[in-house]
Amino acid sequence: MKKNNIFLIYGTVIAAYIIIQLLMSAGAVTSSLRGQLVPICAYIVMAVSLNLTVGVLGELSLGHAGFMSIGAFTGVVACMSLESALPPTLPRFVISLLVGAAFAGVAGFLIGIPVLRLNGDYLAIVTLAFGEIIKNIINCLYVGIDSRGLHLSFLTNSDALNLEEGGTVIINGPMGIAGITKLSTFTFGFALVLVALFIVLNLIRSRAGRAIMALRDNRIAAESIGINVTKYKLMAFVTSSALAGAAGTLFALNYSTITAAKFNFNTSILVLVFVVLGGLGNIWGSIIATTVLVILPELLREFNDYRMLVYAIVLILVMLATNNATFKNTLRELVNKIIPEKLIKRKEGTTDGNS
Amino acid sequence: MATPERPDVKLVPVPSTNIIPERDVDKEPILEARNLGIDFGGLVAVDKFDMAIGRTEIAGLIGPNGAGKTTVFNLFTKVYQPTRGSILLDGRDIQNMTTVQVNRAGIARTFQNIRLFGNLSVEDNVKLGLHNQINYGMWTGILRLPGYWKSEKLMHERAMELLSIFDMQRYASHRAGSLPYGAQRRLEIVRALATNPSLLLLDEPAAGMNPSETAELMKNIVKVRDTFKIAILLIEHDMNLVMGICEGICVLNFGKIIAKGTPSQIQNNPEVIEAYLGKKKEG
Repeated sequence: MKKNNIFLIYGTVIAAYIIIQLLMSAGAVTSSLRGQLVPICAYIVMAVSLNLTVGVLGELSLGHAGFMSIGAFTGVVACMSLESALPPTLPRFVISLLVGAAFAGVAGFLIGIPVLRLNGDYLAIVTLAFGEIIKNIINCLYVGIDSRGLHLSFLTNSDALNLEEGGTVIINGPMGIAGITKLSTFTFGFALVLVALFIVLNLIRSRAGRAIMALRDNRIAAESIGINVTKYKLMAFVTSSALAGAAGTLFALNYSTITAAKFNFNTSILVLVFVVLGGLGNIWGSIIATTVLVILPELLREFNDYRMLVYAIVLILVMLATNNATFKNTLRELVNKIIPEKLIKRKEGTTDGNS
Repeated sequence: MATPERPDVKLVPVPSTNIIPERDVDKEPILEARNLGIDFGGLVAVDKFDMAIGRTEIAGLIGPNGAGKTTVFNLFTKVYQPTRGSILLDGRDIQNMTTVQVNRAGIARTFQNIRLFGNLSVEDNVKLGLHNQINYGMWTGILRLPGYWKSEKLMHERAMELLSIFDMQRYASHRAGSLPYGAQRRLEIVRALATNPSLLLLDEPAAGMNPSETAELMKNIVKVRDTFKIAILLIEHDMNLVMGICEGICVLNFGKIIAKGTPSQIQNNPEVIEAYLGKKKEG
């Protein structure tokens, strides 16, 4: 990835943030769009992190929502249990994010150790199962807090927590968490997007990132030049899961209630669609695809019952168009007519290592 | 065809049945295979394979198609675990090493069907070869600490230096997969050299090259040996190349060694001629 490409990504993201902030202060942003801002940020972090696994490492993961779920629930539990000890929101929010990221990262590590040693599509199968397992575990999990600390109970009900007088139930089994104080703001979300971009883009353009991409391109050759396959696969996968965990915390702290059912297989696939549509290994594409596909259903509200039908059709058309050589050529010719050819010619000589 | 002067080398026996060039005899062979063998199910792919390679020798491994030459390479690099026998690298048994550890211990290789990191730039391919020479951690890279800039600068300089052996600096920013075939073969050799090996295994380095490219390659192989003072073992079907630069040659047929010796000894060996051309019909 060329240097000016990186600045383009950071520049556009920062510009988008400033424009939206200006529009909001001018009152030009509808409330439905305003409600979408934090989820968009969370999904961008999800897509960027999944791109690290699928596009950069070249391993298919079908359970990214599972890591998001772990991050969401552990992050919110951390946030709620720190409420009295640490009233200021910013440090509490940051600690919650770190807790969410840490738990998701550990989960990624535990899954990665056995699975990433194998060659083939095993990661897809295992992560698919992992997503479902996490959903079911959290559905049966009861967590409460009182003056003695955190109480955990599994497969029972909230009475089994034996909370003292004045204790509160945080995770209430299938009902999830209720009464969350909304800490996530668009600015926090934007900051997390920048941090995720910083980590992923810098990782890709470093010694470790090169090793990860080498594994994707040719594992046998990578081994022959002394690159430790399991180590770098784990590095990419754990970083990816930890970022998904942070995204989960951000996402959960934007709602007053959150249930495990929210982070199901459909969510995993949705994030995978963002990544595939944006282009494997293309971080910039992931951001655009996520933004468009999260806003699109809102824009299609006027179609009422046919909303998801139109959404699917638009998705298919976009996929066809972006993979159609004739369409691309027509588009390029059109661009050539508008922009002087000299500017474009200079771009063609360069190579892009990551797309 | 312009071929480099073939060095006049006398081969001498080392303890065991192996031979290495006389100038290397006071040091232990860089690699010695003893009674090496591997079976795939019931098929004996390689058997009773004995070979020694001197510290600065250019050795050749030849034989008809399917003789087991690449299998020997895969045994040396521990892609396959041998069924019998042992391999000593610099006097150390590599029995319990993995492919990665064998590379770190000093064996680098190229592949018969080119295996580059096609989506990465030429420079990045070489930098990956330097992966274990110049080291910094993941977070140093992410946070762009001073160690990152220092190491990356060093890597860039080393990579360019290595690319200059084959006069390939101008390709540095090209995508490796987009290079012409001959350049891809050369890049694979550069990447292998970047891992700082003491033994370089080349699997058909001249495959698909035209005669002038092959002549160039021959010069370069000798140059690499002389510059880096390393041993090179190559598999090749181009007899001009093998007879031109190899000092010791080992001929393999049906997984067994049928002849060992200098190029002239091999050329006149009746068993070798039979393996390549078949038996003369009687009467």
